Amino acid sequence: MKTLTLYNNGRSVAFGDIPQTTDYHEFTQYVHEAMANDAYHCVSYFGYPNADALQLIMCLANDTNGTIEVFSFVLKEKNCPSLKIRAIDRFEREIAENFGIAFEGHQWPKPVRTAPDDYPFYRADDEELHEVGVGPIHAGVIEPGHFRFTCEGEKILNLEIMLGYQHRGVEKLMLEKPLLSQKAMLAESVAGDSAVSHGIAFATSYEALCDYQINERAAVERMIACELERMAIHTGDLSAICGDVAYQLGNAVYGRLRTPIINFMQKWCGNRLGKTMVRPFEAPYDLTPELIADLHATLNAYEKDFTQMSNKIKRCPSVLSRLERTGTVTREQAVEIGAVGMASRASGMLRDIRSTHPYLKYEGQVKLVVKKHGDVYSRTQVRIEEVYESLALIRKLVDNLPAAQASHTAEPQLQANRFALSLVEGWRGEICHCAITDNSGKLALYKIKDPSFHNWDALELAVRNNEISDFPICNKSFNLSYCGHDL
Amino acid sequence: MKHISNLSILKAQGKQYIPDPTTAQVPGIFRGRPVISTTPADNEKIAAICPMQAIGTQGGLSIDLGKCAFCGLCARQFPDKITFTKDYKMATTVRENLIVREGIDKPIEYGPKPECAKLFKGSLKLRQVSAGGDNSCEWELGATGNVNFDMGRYGIEFVASPRHADGIVITGPITVNMARATQICYDAVPQPRLLVLCGVDAISGGLYADSDAIDRSFLKTHKVDLYLPGNPAHPLTILNGLRELTV
Ligand code: SF4
Repeated sequence: MKTLTLYNNGRSVAFGDIPQTTDYHEFTQYVHEAMANDAYHCVSYFGYPNADALQLIMCLANDTNGTIEVFSFVLKEKNCPSLKIRAIDRFEREIAENFGIAFEGHQWPKPVRTAPDDYPFYRADDEELHEVGVGPIHAGVIEPGHFRFTCEGEKILNLEIMLGYQHRGVEKLMLEKPLLSQKAMLAESVAGDSAVSHGIAFATSYEALCDYQINERAAVERMIACELERMAIHTGDLSAICGDVAYQLGNAVYGRLRTPIINFMQKWCGNRLGKTMVRPFEAPYDLTPELIADLHATLNAYEKDFTQMSNKIKRCPSVLSRLERTGTVTREQAVEIGAVGMASRASGMLRDIRSTHPYLKYEGQVKLVVKKHGDVYSRTQVRIEEVYESLALIRKLVDNLPAAQASHTAEPQLQANRFALSLVEGWRGEICHCAITDNSGKLALYKIKDPSFHNWDALELAVRNNEISDFPICNKSFNLSYCGHDL
Repeated sequence: MKHISNLSILKAQGKQYIPDPTTAQVPGIFRGRPVISTTPADNEKIAAICPMQAIGTQGGLSIDLGKCAFCGLCARQFPDKITFTKDYKMATTVRENLIVREGIDKPIEYGPKPECAKLFKGSLKLRQVSAGGDNSCEWELGATGNVNFDMGRYGIEFVASPRHADGIVITGPITVNMARATQICYDAVPQPRLLVLCGVDAISGGLYADSDAIDRSFLKTHKVDLYLPGNPAHPLTILNGLRELTV
C-alpha cells in the first residue's frame, strides 16, 4: 500500500495526497506488517466523512527514523473487520461510536465516551471473588470515571475502567466556534493540566494549515513553557505519590515546590496553569530580561530543595518498600498496548516525541530518561530525572534565547484542502492533533488524541495482582487525564 | 553522599505558609477583577473580540465575570478601556454581582450569606464534584489545602463522602454523562447544604454552554450559594470566598 511520509515539522500537505484504498486487505496488511515492528506505533486513527463514504485515516509513527506514515481506507459499508491489534482497539471503538461502524471480531467492543448505566462489566462467576465499584465520583478532588475491580480478598485480579463522564464535545466545538481565540481556548481546556502542551499542538497544526512558521524566539519560548509545565506537574505528582504512601514530608515539600514554578508561569503569562501562554502566530507574552532573571533565581532555589528531598526518598526504606514492585507494567505489555510518554519510558521503551520526532527546536536537545522495571518506583524515578533534564534544558534555552523578531502583520488565513498533523510530548506523553480544511478553507475535521487515550490500558494492567489498597498510588504514578480522554 | 535527616529538610524549608491569605499580594501579572474606564471607545468592536461573549454593551461597557475566562485579550487590545487589577476577592453569593460596569472600580460585593452559613462557623466540610471540569479548577481547589495556602487553618476541608459534607463544589460545565451523578451526590449531602460553583465553566458553561454534551438542568432547579470566578479560580479567590462563609 502506498503511504504519504510526513515529518513532525509544522508543515501541512494537500489532503488529496493521502493515499486511499478500497481494498481492506491491502490496508490491513500494511498496518499489520508495520505494527509487527516495535519501531512503529499508531499516533492516530480516525474517520473522516468524505463524499458518501467514511475515510479511515491511519497515522503510524516510526520511532527510529522520525517519519509518520499516513494512508487511508475508504469504507462504504457500515461494517468492516477489526484490525485486532490491541494498541489500535480503542481507536476502533471510537470510530464505531462516532460513526456507527461495526468492527467485526473486535476484542472488546465497549463504549468510549457514552458511559451507559447498564454496561455489562467484565465479571468472573465465582463465589470466592467479590467486586468493588468506585466512581464516577472519587474520594479526592479529581475528575470522574468508574473503576470496577474484581478481587480475591485484598488482591486485585482484574480492573475494568469506564470513562466518558467528562465528555464535553471539544472536537465538535472546535469546528463550530468561529473565533481563533475560542479554538485556542478549547485546545487549552482539553486537559487543563496540559494547557501549554495542547496549546502548542493546536497552534502548530493551525499554523501549518495556514502555511505559517513562527519565528525562532517564539518557538524557544514555547519549549520553555512546555518544560516548566512538565516540571510543575511531575513535582506535584511526586507530592501526591508521597501522600498516598503516607509520607507527609515528601507530600508537603514537593507540594510546596510546585508553587514557585507555577507562580512563575503566572508572572509570565498571568495564569498559573499557563492558559493563554500559547496562541497561533504569536508569542503573546515575551520573556523579558526581568523575567529571565526571576526564572534563574526560581530554578536555583527550587533545585536545591528538590535535590534534598529527592535524595531523601531514594534512601527512605518505608517509602521505597511501597513503591518498588508495585503496579508493574512490563515492557512487553507496554509495547502491546502502545503505551506512550513517561509511562512507556518507565517500562523500558524509547518513546519520546521530543527525541524521536523532534519539533520546534528540540532536535538533539533531550536525553531520554528510561527505566526498566515498569513499577511505581520506575515512574517516580523517571519523573525525578526528567525534572533535572527539563531544568538543564530550560537554562540552556534561556541563556541562548534568539533575539526578538517582528511577527506577522496581517493574520494568516487557513488554506483550502490541507491536512496537518502535530505531535507534542507533553508531561504525560505524546499529544496528537490532526486537522483537515475543506474546499473553502474552513476547518472540516479536528481530531485530538491525549496520551491518556493509550495509557489508561496501562493502569488496568498495572494493578493486577496488587493489593487494592495500592490502587491510589498506582493511579497517581500515571496521573492520567479523564477530560483529555473523554474530550 | 551525606545522610539527610528529616529535620534538616524541615529546617531548609522554613515557614512556607502565607501568613494572611486575606491580604496577600499575588505575584506578577495576575488578572483579577477588571476595571473599565469611561474613555469613549468602539464598544461593539471590543465586545466582538471576546471569545467568551462576556462583554456587554447595554448601558456602557460591562464584563460578566461569570462568563469571562480572564484571558486578557480585551485588555491587550484595548488597554485604554480595560485593565485587570490584582484583586482576587471576586467571590459572591449573588450572580448579578459578577457583572463589572464601566467607570466602577470597587470590590465585588460578597452579598448576603446563605441562611445556613451560621451553622458552619469555624468548620466547613465540602465535597467536590468535577462534572466536565478540565482539571484546572480541581487543581486549584486542591492547592488551597497545600502548605502555602493552608485553608485547613480556617476549618475548611474537602471530604471524601457527601455524607460528611456541608455542601458541594461543582467544577466544569456539567456534562450529560455527569448530570445524574451530580444530582445523586448533592442529594446525599445532609440538609441544610451549600451549592458552590467554581470556575467559568461551572458558573456559565463557558465555551461549552451550548454543546449538546452538556446538561445544566441541575442548576435550574437548585439555588446556588456561592460563585467563585476564574479560569481556573485562583486559590486566594477560593479561600477568601469560602472563608467568608465560616466567619
Ligand atoms: S479577559 Fe474576559 S472579557 Fe476580556 S476578552 Fe478575555 S474572556 Fe473576554
